[in-house]
Amino acid sequence: MSGFTTLLYKEVLRFWKVGFQTVAAPVLTAMLYLLIFSHVLESRVRVYDTVSYTAFLVPGLVMMSLLQNAFANSSSSLIQSKVTGNIVFVLLPPISYREFYGAYVLAAIVRGLVVGAGVLIATAWFAPLNFEQPLWVVVFAIIGGAVLGSLGVIAGIWADKFDQLAAFQNFLIMPLTFLSGVFYSIHSLPPFWQQVSHFNPVFYMIDGFRYGFFGRSDVSPWQSLAVVACCLGLLAALTLTMLKSGYKLRN
Amino acid sequence: MPPAIRVHQVAKRYGDVEALAGVDLEIADGEFFGLLGPNGAGKTTLISALAGLVRPDSGTLEVMGHDVQSDYRNARRMLGVVPQELVFDPFFSVRETLQIQAGYFGIAKSPARENWIDEILENLDLTSKAGANMRTLSGGMKRRVLVAQALVHRPPVIVLDEPTAGVDVELRQTLWQFIRRLNREGNTIVLTTHYLEEAESLCGRIAMLKAGRVVALDSTANLLRRCAGHSLRLRLAGGQPPPVLRERGEEKDGLWSIVFDRYEEIETLLAQLRNAGCTIDELEIGKPDLEDVFVSVMQGRLGAARP
Repeated sequence: MSGFTTLLYKEVLRFWKVGFQTVAAPVLTAMLYLLIFSHVLESRVRVYDTVSYTAFLVPGLVMMSLLQNAFANSSSSLIQSKVTGNIVFVLLPPISYREFYGAYVLAAIVRGLVVGAGVLIATAWFAPLNFEQPLWVVVFAIIGGAVLGSLGVIAGIWADKFDQLAAFQNFLIMPLTFLSGVFYSIHSLPPFWQQVSHFNPVFYMIDGFRYGFFGRSDVSPWQSLAVVACCLGLLAALTLTMLKSGYKLRN
Repeated sequence: MPPAIRVHQVAKRYGDVEALAGVDLEIADGEFFGLLGPNGAGKTTLISALAGLVRPDSGTLEVMGHDVQSDYRNARRMLGVVPQELVFDPFFSVRETLQIQAGYFGIAKSPARENWIDEILENLDLTSKAGANMRTLSGGMKRRVLVAQALVHRPPVIVLDEPTAGVDVELRQTLWQFIRRLNREGNTIVLTTHYLEEAESLCGRIAMLKAGRVVALDSTANLLRRCAGHSLRLRLAGGQPPPVLRERGEEKDGLWSIVFDRYEEIETLLAQLRNAGCTIDELEIGKPDLEDVFVSVMQGRLGAARP
């Protein structure tokens, strides 16, 4: 077992040991969203001709939970380790900055996938789902998880205190994920807000992910993939630069 | 054979504070070395730079000949550090903590690894706590786990940053017994501590740091010798203190103290007292200890560094 695989294993074990909080809780939250929104809007909103609102909502909730939990995993693990000081256990061994990044982001993807699968299993009972293009589902789940996992690493390294991390989460991650078309198609928005939504990378993650289920989306999945892959490339480069310089970790 | 540790012209600044001001130091393989100095002298910064936790502004550091920056993987494999802060990961048990730490160093699960973990646990009196979660341990127990974590990858160089701060006598004895054994088996030990009697009894060589500079570097025996600290302390039962006491001694609350270099001088002193008709009520001979040396060095009364 190398340092990288051990760090990955430890990061996965960390959230798994408190699975009630890290997996069960977000699944329950997503179910509550589904129950309330589908109850209120099922008969009033129809996004695509053949897709019911509840069915439309399910992939959005799955992806939103996946993304939020991928972010939560890397960011909370790092801030906790920094505040308690046990980050030193990871900094003393011969683990390179690339391995460090890889392990935290992969663990974030795993947490995202576990929560996403949990939400899917719990909510799929409420609406018939097709998996028209399952490969797109998998691709967007993994790349989306990696983008938010990287953002989590950046936030976890940058934040010195829990409230700074909470600010990052509440003022950036939450608006980005909520205003991304989880609960609606952006075609139902006024033109101005449709334009604004196109600057939100999370919109492309949700839209591409949903394409995998219904074969329908607001923009082409290829365009979404290009945007999301670019985001990942930029964030990975930024995170690796931070880690290589030792920013806030080796100072 | 390269030295266990080589520090060359290492400087580090935190804003206006000069934590390390060009430190040079070489510690030979197999030494038991003490790094002493008041708070803020730069001990922890130096250890952090050695462990790669802090990047120096200039200078180089090597562990067993491996540069801590350019050849960090080998340098870190050679080094076990017991950090000063009492840190732990609350998610894991003692055994899990040690298994994970070994894994970070690329040591795969094997009977040999588990045997070594068992041996460390036994030597640090932790066997009964192996399955306990880190959160449930007392401060002293957590400190033992920190020591165990530093040893789990069998590093030839072990750095202990104030390992006995705030721990009970029992742990100190257990710990020093084990560390002495590791030193006898060939490991290099570097120790920082505020307990100078500990450093005096354990360390063969000592460096003293002050404001980021090495202000004394010598064998413990030489350092003690350099401090002319033998003193005769006595209390008179009656009679006037003779001139010799008034000239050479210092009096505090009726207790006279005279500093001397050689034991033969005692005889002369006592004879002079007897001739002056003094009766001695209480008498003791004080040997110089590391605390005297430390105070002298820090106050600049003792010579500069002597490598």
